[in-house]
Amino acid sequence: MNLILKVWRQKDARDKGRLETYEARNISEHMSFLEMLDVVNEQLVGEGVDPIHFDHDCREGICGTCSLVINGSPHGHQKATTTCQLHMRHFKDGETIYIEPFRAKAFPVIKDLVVDRSAFDRIMQAGGFVSVNTGGVPDANAIPIPKEDADKAMDAAACIGCGACVAACKNASAMLFVGAKVSQFAHLPQGKVEREKRARAMVSQMDSEGFGNCTNYYECEAVCPKEIKVEVIAKMNREYFRAATTKI
Amino acid sequence: MSTLSTLKQPASLPAHLTQTSVGKKILTAVTGFIAFGFVFGHMVGNLQVLIGQDQYNTYAETLQGLGALLWVIRGFLLLAFGIHIWLGIQLKLENWAARPVAYKNETTQQASLASRTMIWTGLIVVSFVIYHLLHFTVRTTNPEYADLTDSLGRVDVHSMVVLGFSSYLISAFYLLSVGLLCYHLSHGVASMFQSLGLNSPKWQKRLDVLAWLAAIVLFAGYAAVPVAVMLKLVSLPGGGI
Ligand code: HEM
Ligand code: FES
Repeated sequence: MNLILKVWRQKDARDKGRLETYEARNISEHMSFLEMLDVVNEQLVGEGVDPIHFDHDCREGICGTCSLVINGSPHGHQKATTTCQLHMRHFKDGETIYIEPFRAKAFPVIKDLVVDRSAFDRIMQAGGFVSVNTGGVPDANAIPIPKEDADKAMDAAACIGCGACVAACKNASAMLFVGAKVSQFAHLPQGKVEREKRARAMVSQMDSEGFGNCTNYYECEAVCPKEIKVEVIAKMNREYFRAATTKI
Repeated sequence: MSTLSTLKQPASLPAHLTQTSVGKKILTAVTGFIAFGFVFGHMVGNLQVLIGQDQYNTYAETLQGLGALLWVIRGFLLLAFGIHIWLGIQLKLENWAARPVAYKNETTQQASLASRTMIWTGLIVVSFVIYHLLHFTVRTTNPEYADLTDSLGRVDVHSMVVLGFSSYLISAFYLLSVGLLCYHLSHGVASMFQSLGLNSPKWQKRLDVLAWLAAIVLFAGYAAVPVAVMLKLVSLPGGGI
């Protein structure tokens, strides 16, 4: 198949940037979106043009490194799919595809489609862990956890931290991400020990990074490749209120 | 556990509620809920216009008779409204600042139009409320309303309402404003539950339905009064106008 690509090109953080038009020719519909870009890049290199820079790593939908806003939707319009797992068969021959970077003040563009998502790392460093010294590995059944709690924690833990929620949110809010991380711990006995400190620390860090505030649009939930639900935001709000009314 | 962030955090509950994103959202929801409570009660009060002059004027007199308590309630409502408006504007400005570069090709996945226009419906409602108070409460726009009395010598708010809504322009502006308020609430009521943490996948759809039901009931209740006046179902005691 042949496609027209409108790709965001930006030399560095300071450059204003612009959309450039490229043709992607002889693309197999079995290729992933990133493989399609690889083909275009080989062609660009051949022509002596700087290749399109984009983030990727595992290419199997688990690391959360790939990004891109494809035709206005982070990771494209395919539900529950990362860009690396998005296949070209979902596009039509001759289609024009817009490819833009994730847009948020807290995710500055480094080059072309690559953005700096280290704000997420700093939020994790603020409280996205359990610091209780647990000693050796305990017996699997030593701490009984109700199935429902375990399920909720696992659902939240499915978050791969890609940042699509921020990119989709009209407020560039990171609350789906932070909600997932807060919930993942708050449902488990190991995480409950520091729940108040965690909620405060992660929310403070999130605010200081310049993310927007959730206004319950639920755009994040619609694009999340791991289908994290906005109930994690409700959980975070409860956790935060608990923390705000607890002396620590 | 010194490994957790060293960022300065709010030191009191009021600080948490006014200085952090999650706190501000909670406070917006609480003040929105108070405003909703008022709007609902006010509708029930207004509907007494339909029962008749005596009923409505008695109701008005009872409210006035609250004396100092009335001012406490007014102060409380004003504070709640003030906080709601202040936070609404502040959140919106922060949200605009959080996305300095817009997408060239922006799409909307599932956000309702009502949710995306909260600030505008809210600001129009404020301007309506100011006019509405000048019209019926302070009576700056129509000082002659203060001279209306009924056969018992009470202030005749019933006739004031009938006279007020006899103007098509005023009735139309009223209906438009109440419509926008209800549109605000068609998202606001569901949003409020989520902000307070009272939501789950099972309840999400139900809350949306609840919000729309609340908006429709409120609109019907508020619209009934001017519509009844315009259809002459409610009129001045002497059959005037
Ligand atoms: C009688 C009048 C009003 C009622 C009953 C009302 C009610 C509500 C409710 C229940 C919410 C949901 C809160 C939440 O999302 O947590 C809300 C949100 C909002 N209101 Fe109002 N409101 C009123 C007037 C106003 C006014 C005058 C403004 C003007 C600025 C305003 C601006 C907003 C904004 C911007 C939001 C969205 C906030 C957010 O989601 O973060 N509202 N309102
Ligand atoms: S590259 Fe790892 S999730 Fe896409």
